Amino acid sequence: MSIAAKANALWEYANPRKFLATSERVMPFFWITSIACIVVGLIWGFFFTPDDYKQGSTVKIIYLHVPAALMAINCWLMMLATSLVWLVRRHHVSALAARAAAPIGIVMTLIALATGAIWGQPMWGTWWAWDPRLTSFLILFLFYLGYVALWEAIEDPDTAADLTSVLCLVGSVFALLSRYAVNFWNQGLHQGASVMRAAAVTGADTEEKVSNIYFYPLLLCMIGFVLLFIALVLYRTGTEIRARRIKALLARERVNG
Amino acid sequence: MIALLLRDLKLALRAGGGFGLGLAFFLIVTVLVPFSVGPQSSLLSTIAPGILWLGALLACLLSLDRLLALDWEDGSLDLLATAPLPLESVVTIKALAHWLTTGLPLVLAAPFLGVLLNLPVPGFSWLVISLLIGTPAMSVIGTFGAALTVGLKRGGLLLSLLVLPLYVPTLIFGAEVARRGAMGMETQTPLLMLAGITAATIALLPFASAAVLRINLR
Amino acid sequence: MTLTVTDLAITRGGIPVLEGLSFTLPAGKALILRGPNGIGKTTLLRTLAGLQPPLQGRIEGAEDQIAYASHSDGLKPTLTVVENLNFWASVFGTQGIQPALDAFALNDLADRHAGNLSAGQKRRLGLARMLVTGRPIWMLDEPTVSLDQNAVKMFADAVRTHLGQGGSALIATHIDLGLDGEVLDVGPNKAKPKPIDDFDGGFL
Repeated sequence: MSIAAKANALWEYANPRKFLATSERVMPFFWITSIACIVVGLIWGFFFTPDDYKQGSTVKIIYLHVPAALMAINCWLMMLATSLVWLVRRHHVSALAARAAAPIGIVMTLIALATGAIWGQPMWGTWWAWDPRLTSFLILFLFYLGYVALWEAIEDPDTAADLTSVLCLVGSVFALLSRYAVNFWNQGLHQGASVMRAAAVTGADTEEKVSNIYFYPLLLCMIGFVLLFIALVLYRTGTEIRARRIKALLARERVNG
Repeated sequence: MIALLLRDLKLALRAGGGFGLGLAFFLIVTVLVPFSVGPQSSLLSTIAPGILWLGALLACLLSLDRLLALDWEDGSLDLLATAPLPLESVVTIKALAHWLTTGLPLVLAAPFLGVLLNLPVPGFSWLVISLLIGTPAMSVIGTFGAALTVGLKRGGLLLSLLVLPLYVPTLIFGAEVARRGAMGMETQTPLLMLAGITAATIALLPFASAAVLRINLR
Repeated sequence: MTLTVTDLAITRGGIPVLEGLSFTLPAGKALILRGPNGIGKTTLLRTLAGLQPPLQGRIEGAEDQIAYASHSDGLKPTLTVVENLNFWASVFGTQGIQPALDAFALNDLADRHAGNLSAGQKRRLGLARMLVTGRPIWMLDEPTVSLDQNAVKMFADAVRTHLGQGGSALIATHIDLGLDGEVLDVGPNKAKPKPIDDFDGGFL
């Protein structure tokens, strides 16, 4: 099969029926593997890794905090991608997937903020500080809220899909701008994103990096969260498709009275 | 295009209120601040730049829901959309009219309110400069928000929810210019960033606003 | 300037409302749009005016030729009659609002604020606005609402003059205007519901 033909085959999943059939087939795999990864990762991380010499056992909240933060950002990126697909190719499933993902993104952002606060209290002596990373997540949270509110406020589904897609595009640019603005405004307490560096320099174990002992269970949790996110998005998109169909049937009944 | 601008200005003047409402709100917010934080002049002079920026931002926000809603309700937008004028120019003109009737008066009023908040003397010029550069961005971003919510019955609150996060970068850099200026620090970096944001939003955002308005007119 | 519509299908809120619509509107003619409430007359006019895309079919000769008047008048109550008309004249790049003032007997009201006009006078001003745009094809949605008999006659005369000058008009109305033109009943073009099982094309 040529590359172009393969690409065309991919678009077939934009058909609601095909999407439902396929997603129902693959969903059990995502549910099981994600729960397995998270359970194993958390048990490994909570009970079979030593306490940090400086942070004590509080460090272990990292197994929830980092994967949630990762998914909070990736969820928005996924919404951006599906919004673009909707604007360019006008596949309804794509728009509905963006709609389905937003509440998951809100929850992930809230988990990241809450676990961060719980971690920050013993470490920095405060639940909240206007640190750039914390502030950026708060702003991301506001963007999610606005996005969901706009979806809810508009009755016509195609109009809602169009408007939220444009908002997602414009919002992405402004979210990025806010990130830089906030960095400039306050150079903060939060350590840099330490996971990727640890992955790149495996074996090196300095203060700022996550050491190997913590890294492998953390990686497992991150993979688990990604899989969980995919399962949730598939599940919620299926629900949105069915809700849309019911709405369309009702509207048709009204029109044809 | 000029006809549209002149009409909007005329309407703002004759409606009696659209003009003054934002200013009155700005005044009240500023006057209420000392009541809530206490009258110590040292504290007031520290927070004055930020309070004045926030007050201007809120006053600007307050007037956004009327920006396109009136033309929407009476069908003017339908006819404007079919006119030879591109919708991109229509929203740009609308934003300009909004700035002239809301943003500019706020800029001019800000120094007087600065006196009430004990703004340090070097801060006055920087406050005016930062507002002068920053308020156009607020009008343009606000027009985008107004275009998004124009078809909604009670879009006012949603409009605020959508626009406020978009205002964050402008507010940060604008207030930073005013704050640094008041403390006699160098202001070049935030000033350049603020000007950059304003220039970019004026250049790019009208396309998004027009696209969104077209969708809403369907 | 002939407007040609071929096999047009239109949607409202994502639901097809009219389909298989074909007609021509030659210069100098009027077309009276008839059909029960809610069938999609307003949607049809908005689609032809280019405010929303059609589901399928072709519309030729419409671009930059149409002046569309919705139910509302697009008037500013705080501007005078002349100011309102002058504004639309300059937006559409036309000169002279005097013919419009004459056609709708607005000369006496020229300096009154639009907000102080009676409902019928407002409606006349709203139609004068059509004349001011200089566009040959008028799309009028229930233009005679709140007009008395005298004003309806005045309106019909104005449309007739417009037709006489080579313009054309597509008018959705329930009353007889006595114009030279055909009646287009869109009732038979009501979109037929697709079978419930046809889920693949979208959501219906």
